[in-house]
Amino acid sequence: MSPRASFVQGDTSVMAAVYGPAEVKVSKEIYDRATLEVLIQPKVGLPSVRERSQEQCVRETCEASLLLSLHPRSSLTLVLQLIHDDGSRLACFLNAACMALMDAGLPMSCLFCGVTCAINADSEIITDPTAESRALMTFAIDSKEQRVMMSYTKGSFSVHELQQCIAVSQKASENIFQFYRDSVRRRYSKNL
Amino acid sequence: MFSPLKPEKVLLGPGLKRRGDRKLLVVKSGVLRHKQPHVFWVENHQRRYVPAKGETIIGIITVKSGDVFKLDFGGSEQASLSYLAFEGATKRNRPNVQVGDLVFAQFIVANQHMEPELVCVDSAGRANGLGVFGAGGLLFSVSLGLVRRLLRPRSDVVSDLQKLFPCELVVGMNGRLWVKASSVQQTLIICNLLQSCETMTTAQRQQLFRRAAQGVL
Repeated sequence: MSPRASFVQGDTSVMAAVYGPAEVKVSKEIYDRATLEVLIQPKVGLPSVRERSQEQCVRETCEASLLLSLHPRSSLTLVLQLIHDDGSRLACFLNAACMALMDAGLPMSCLFCGVTCAINADSEIITDPTAESRALMTFAIDSKEQRVMMSYTKGSFSVHELQQCIAVSQKASENIFQFYRDSVRRRYSKNL
Repeated sequence: MFSPLKPEKVLLGPGLKRRGDRKLLVVKSGVLRHKQPHVFWVENHQRRYVPAKGETIIGIITVKSGDVFKLDFGGSEQASLSYLAFEGATKRNRPNVQVGDLVFAQFIVANQHMEPELVCVDSAGRANGLGVFGAGGLLFSVSLGLVRRLLRPRSDVVSDLQKLFPCELVVGMNGRLWVKASSVQQTLIICNLLQSCETMTTAQRQQLFRRAAQGVL
């Protein structure tokens, strides 16, 4: 039974599974830390350039929070399967990834979550958007100091608006971390 | 519970790491456990084993080459076991070990930088329960947390099991258990009971064991 997690956010739903630490090919091994590979499978079709760019975002966030130096010359594989997309894809991938890594028991220095923020035509800032917007941003927020670990933005916005969106996302991340806590508490409720 | 102002030595188990001089980092999610006077660790449902020195595991021989056996223990690489690391083994008197045999061994080298090494003798040269085993019986996997529960000095699960059927049980800290009872059906019953122990409260588990003892299962 490999460690897995399924994350549903509104109508967007993602499944994640983690394999490792396992053997790594000599061509991919890194002498002092683990090699993390992220694979994103879209709902239909083969992975394309968009999936590759999202894989890089998820991988860099995971590498920043995992303690990779504890497993040198090993490989960690994270597979993310998109079940249904209704906006907030990247944020959902990040949340599912974090929960799967927690379930796997891989050593992490902090948890992270993904929050999507949009600026609509009326210059209002909304989280978890589903409609069209002037600017769309996804931030990965860490659990210790609510700092931004990764940001992915599309559209046009001012610096002031960007700072406002970051503040809104940091506030929204508290709900997600509380959800993580509740899920883990439920998982271990039989052992308490 | 404990006073953080007293300068006591604290022993950190799995899931806790020291960061710098006085800081502690929790690296896994799970239930924080405490054993008097100052041992702390985090218990979780992790199944993937990471080798640690001194732990006893169940391994399967995969390669027999020259002076060394290679064992699969469910980790990221295979461990090596020298043919001289058995009780009474010499260069002329090689141990009778074949590929596919189950071996109960202990780690003498287990860190992230080196290939793990196992031995089947203790420091006095005696087997002390280590070595090849497993004619008959069933090998299966459980989570590492359950294995640690089984290995506790007065384990509740083991005492409940003892009241059930007579059986042989080998517990490997890599999450592998080997069970042999007097019949195949009893072996399978014990295997199913142990695998379901993880997701049950104490009361549910005791009720299940009672039903098994009455012969309902």
